[in-house]
Amino acid sequence: MQADQHSRGVALFEGPHLSLLSIASDPLAVREGLRALFDTAMLRALPLAARGTAEIVLAEALNNIVEHAYDDGSGRIDLLVRLQPPDLLCQIEDRGKSMPGDALPIGKLRPFSSFDDLPEGGFGWHLIRTLSRDLKYQRDEGRNCLRFRLGVEQSAG
Amino acid sequence: MEFRSQMRGDLLIVVALEDRIDAAGAIQFKDRMREITQTPSARVMLDLSRVAFLDSSGLGAVVAVMKLLGPDRKLELAGLTPTVEKVFRLTRMDTIFTIHPQAPELRNAG
Repeated sequence: MQADQHSRGVALFEGPHLSLLSIASDPLAVREGLRALFDTAMLRALPLAARGTAEIVLAEALNNIVEHAYDDGSGRIDLLVRLQPPDLLCQIEDRGKSMPGDALPIGKLRPFSSFDDLPEGGFGWHLIRTLSRDLKYQRDEGRNCLRFRLGVEQSAG
Repeated sequence: MEFRSQMRGDLLIVVALEDRIDAAGAIQFKDRMREITQTPSARVMLDLSRVAFLDSSGLGAVVAVMKLLGPDRKLELAGLTPTVEKVFRLTRMDTIFTIHPQAPELRNAG
């Protein structure tokens, strides 16, 4: 397993079928972390559509933690990604605030009726729920843990 | 966040030159677009063909720019790459924009 230190509080440990990414809770670290993760041999080998789907879901999940779990401070986010064809198993942990009601948001798109009413947000959980499977959230001893599967076959997404 | 822009008749073409519009760049995207679209035009076309990735914050910023322009000045999109197209489609935001396969080429300056 290779360890690679990146800028902006990003650390990546890369193995043939597993990657561990540890980042600081800020949007630039999310960007740099995703860049590093999607540059690993494991993820570069995936079909383009599956890579796109994975990056959408992981970006939404990580940005949610930055914006909500750590909204009043900073902390670390740990991401584990394991390739187990036909799936990519993902686990994300943080020590920020728990989800409201200790449950995941429903992620239903808000209907809009007029130009001024067009939504500028509220898309994130809808994208996560639409593109992932076996989505599970657990709050345990001050730790949030989010787990899900992503399809990596050619037809994914 | 870098852009190139050019007038073509009543159309202002704006090319986003970054490869991603994400949570780290969404506010800057919106602010720069606000400046660029000060140039009067009947329509604005945003060329996204160089943008490989857009997250929900980036999508929110594109919608915000559309609202900023007002209901009488259209924001049209062009050149959506596969992942960007997927985000628009899954959030149904593809239904509120006119989306072109590609934008007209910008003429070389000078």
